[in-house]
Amino acid sequence: MNVFAQLFVEFFQIGLFAVGGGPATIPFLMDLTNRHDWYTKADVASMLAVSESTPGPIGINMATYAGYHASGFLGGIFATLSLVLPSLIVIILIAKLLQNFDKNPYVQAAFRMIRPAVTGLIAAAVLTIFQTALFTAEDGGIQIPIPQLILCAVFFAGMNWKKLKKIHPFFWLLAGALIGIVFQM
Amino acid sequence: MKELFELYFTFFRIGGLTFGGGLTMLPMLKYELVEQKGWVQEDELLDYYAIGQCTPGIIAVNVSTFIGYKRKGIPGAIFSTLGMVSPSLIIVSVLAVFMEQFLSSTVMAHAMAGIKAVVCALMLNTVVTLAKKSVTNLLCAVVAVVAFAAAAFTPIPTVLLVIMAGILGIILQKTGVWAE
Repeated sequence: MNVFAQLFVEFFQIGLFAVGGGPATIPFLMDLTNRHDWYTKADVASMLAVSESTPGPIGINMATYAGYHASGFLGGIFATLSLVLPSLIVIILIAKLLQNFDKNPYVQAAFRMIRPAVTGLIAAAVLTIFQTALFTAEDGGIQIPIPQLILCAVFFAGMNWKKLKKIHPFFWLLAGALIGIVFQM
Repeated sequence: MKELFELYFTFFRIGGLTFGGGLTMLPMLKYELVEQKGWVQEDELLDYYAIGQCTPGIIAVNVSTFIGYKRKGIPGAIFSTLGMVSPSLIIVSVLAVFMEQFLSSTVMAHAMAGIKAVVCALMLNTVVTLAKKSVTNLLCAVVAVVAFAAAAFTPIPTVLLVIMAGILGIILQKTGVWAE
C-alpha cells in the first residue's frame, strides 16, 4: 500500500476512536510504531514536547509531526486531514440533529446537569495541568517552583482586575515568556 | 464567501495563538467567540465542549467544526476546521526540520517555564468564570464537585461522567423535580 493510503487509514482510525481529545491519541500513536517505521516509541516523547510547546491542539501537532516523519511536508498535511475527517463528519451529523432537538425539554434537562459536571471535569483537568506543568521536576520528582507560583498568582489577580480584563490571552502568554527569560526561570 | 473567510481566519488565529490545545484553548475561544464576535453564548460554548468531549477526535477541532456549521452549514464547518489546523501544519512542519536545536535551547526552556505558569493562571481564571455561570444552585454544586472528584481521583472515563450527568438531568425532569 502507498504511504499516503497507509497514513490515511491509520490516522482516520485514530480520529474515529480517540475520544477525549489530544491526550487520547497518545496510546494510538504508540501502537502505530508496531506496524510502521515512521518514527520510534522514543520519538513519541519528543513529539509530545514539541506539540505542547507549539501553538495549536496537541493531537493535530502530533499528527502533523508523525506524518512529516513518514513522508515529509505532504505526509504531515495528509495525516492531519485524515485525523480531522471523522470528527468533521460526526460533528456535522450531531449539529444537524441538535438543531431539531434544541428545543426538546429532555435535551435541555440533560444539559442542565451536564454543564456543572463539565465545569467539575475542567477543574480536574486544570489540577492535572498544574501538576504536570509546575510541580513535576525534569527527573519526574516533585518540585515547588516558587517563582512560577508567584507569577501564576500575580497574573491570575491581574486577569481579574477590571482594567486588564479585556486583554487578549496571547499577551499574558507573551509577557510570561519574557518574564521567564529575563528571570531565568 | 466573506463570512467563510472570516470563520477561517478567526479559527486560524485561535489555533495559532494557543499553546496546549484542548482545554487550554477555552480562554481563547471564549475571548474570540463570546466576547469579540458574539457568535455564541458562554453556556452554548460549554455545551459544545461537552459534546466535543464525548465525540471522537480533538476537542478544539470539534468545537470549531460545531460553531462553523452553526454559522454557515457544511462549508462553514469545513472552513473553521481548516482554519483551526492550518497554524499547526505550518509551524510543526517548519519546526520538525530543526526540532532538536529548538527544544534544547536554554532561552526556550526559560520562556516555557514562564508560559506554563501563565497557562495555569489562565486555566484557573476560566474555571472560576465557568463555575459562576454554571453552578447556580446547591444541586449544580454537588454535581460539579462529584464530577471533579470522580475525574481527579478515579479512573472513570470522562465520556461516562458526561453521559451520567445527562441521564441525571433527564431523570430529574421525568420525576418532576423542576416542575415548580
